[in-house]
Amino acid sequence: MADGDTQVPQLDDPLQIPCIKPGAMEGLQPFLASPEHNKALGFPEELVPDWKEKALAKMAELAEKNRAFQVYLDICVKCGACTDKCHYFLGTADPKNMPVARQDLLRSVYRRYFTFAGKYFPWLVGARDLTKEVLDEWYSYYHQCSECRRCSVFCPYGIDTAEITMAARDILDAVGYGMKYSNEIIGKVHDVGNNLGLNPKALRATLEDLEEDIEDETGVTVRIPIDEQGADILLVTPSADFFAEPHIDGLIGYAKVFHQAGVSWTLSSYASEAANFGLFIGNYENMRLVSQRIRKAAKDLGVKRIIFGECGHAWRVAYSFLNTLAGPWDFLDPNYPVPQHILEFTWNEIQQGNLTFDKSQNDHMTLTFHDSCNVARGSRMGDMPGGQFEIPRNVIKAVCNNYVDMDRDTTHESTLCCGGGGGLLTDDLMDLRIKGASPRMTALQQTTEEHGVTHLAAICAICKTQFSKVMPKYGYDMDSIVSVHQLVSNAIILDGQETEEDATA
Amino acid sequence: MAYEVNGQTVECDEEGYITNLSDWTPELAAVIAEAEDIEMDDDRWEVVNFLREYYDEYQIAPAVRVLIKAAKKSMGPEKGNNKYMYELFPYGPAKQACKIAGLPKPTGCV
Repeated sequence: MADGDTQVPQLDDPLQIPCIKPGAMEGLQPFLASPEHNKALGFPEELVPDWKEKALAKMAELAEKNRAFQVYLDICVKCGACTDKCHYFLGTADPKNMPVARQDLLRSVYRRYFTFAGKYFPWLVGARDLTKEVLDEWYSYYHQCSECRRCSVFCPYGIDTAEITMAARDILDAVGYGMKYSNEIIGKVHDVGNNLGLNPKALRATLEDLEEDIEDETGVTVRIPIDEQGADILLVTPSADFFAEPHIDGLIGYAKVFHQAGVSWTLSSYASEAANFGLFIGNYENMRLVSQRIRKAAKDLGVKRIIFGECGHAWRVAYSFLNTLAGPWDFLDPNYPVPQHILEFTWNEIQQGNLTFDKSQNDHMTLTFHDSCNVARGSRMGDMPGGQFEIPRNVIKAVCNNYVDMDRDTTHESTLCCGGGGGLLTDDLMDLRIKGASPRMTALQQTTEEHGVTHLAAICAICKTQFSKVMPKYGYDMDSIVSVHQLVSNAIILDGQETEEDATA
Repeated sequence: MAYEVNGQTVECDEEGYITNLSDWTPELAAVIAEAEDIEMDDDRWEVVNFLREYYDEYQIAPAVRVLIKAAKKSMGPEKGNNKYMYELFPYGPAKQACKIAGLPKPTGCV
């Protein structure tokens, strides 16, 4: 079992290498998916009796279909460049959370059954039989990787470690040994259209409530349209934007930007989710089904463009895979990228001079920006390399006076995961989440000490929720995490808006 | 897993959310609250009752902002805020209060 040590790690430096604690996180397991959750996703309801044969057959199938996966299994030379790059290793000190060691839990089994040396001389090449203990070890440690791909940046061979975690999870699901959090959520998307299970009636009521809030605050009627036939833009955003704090403030920000830009837009109750947890469990078919909802909504509503809200992995799926999963998008307006990120839209409007801001509305904060892993390392934004780093910062600087970056070794392509990504944002993994957040939190604390940073801005629903839960452990209030479009919302001046000056005049 | 209320057994999942929503009673709420180290008082009952009413109408828990707005109306601005909701329910007004109210756990990136 895990050692039950729930202490918050104290690091002197965000990337400080810990003294290893073998077995520190051994046996840590998220809850298993129930039979009904598994069934809804097309997986066996529970661990099948012939799991060993099925698992090996699935591994063979993946190696056959996905050449990259097989190459990643074959070419690692154990150089060790990745060992200290994982936030979970830095936070837990468990040596099996060194990326190379975690990958080897699967690689050692692959070697045993699929390589010449492993078949005949397993003891010479560190090849292992697939036993129930090994399967349980996979379940534990492949749920201690957030698929953030920071280690991959430092791998001289370019091995994409996340692909190995995804494959391991796909194998586990294929034998009926999936995880509750992700599988329950994917089932809700298939059933209702979003991770929350928010039905159209409840969604409409929430949006009407937010429209009231905006009008009370600004005196301007700003609409948050839903299911509007013939709108130009379909906004696909994480359902957390309809529910959680500070996400909902971001949604209000998108609505104000669209309003001020004078474009016609709509949400869809059918595709009311940007997130695609099919990526997290490495299952192509579920990822495809989730994406297909967006295609259907875009066609049914007759939109010309698709824009994604602030969601990290959704943007990776959208930017990198949407055409394969749900394309071709030839029915959309070819003058716009498919899809577009809300930050690209907002930055473009700012550059065109279409938006006016009172930056002093954010003067009570000194901000820094957390690059979300799937945006930083799995996608791009705008029409220049590195746009995914520059555009969010440009937008923040356009609406805030006080901005400072964190240690460069922890930002941009070297950004640290929030500690809750990749399907690990579940209460049963809270200990891991707190520990995994420690490198990022330490980098933040440095900027607080040196530059007085008070708030962290993010563009991912998972990051926002994770930080609101773990920041109190590191000496910050839970509302020290903000949405980037929340900052935009604070500063934007809508036409006809009552300003403080009007009120006092 | 299960709760014991007045000699009756009420099933729940591994996280303590009851399996059959119709099993809920105010007595059960008090038992769940006790398991969460929470003592029910008037303000907590008000939140729990609001969640149940909202769920009756919409089959889902309200957004935190909607809950807070309702609390502001009924309890006043000093209590109708996020901070006070977390004082009442340290593990979150959505998740912990839903558990006590006998509603499903909100899922997703929340």
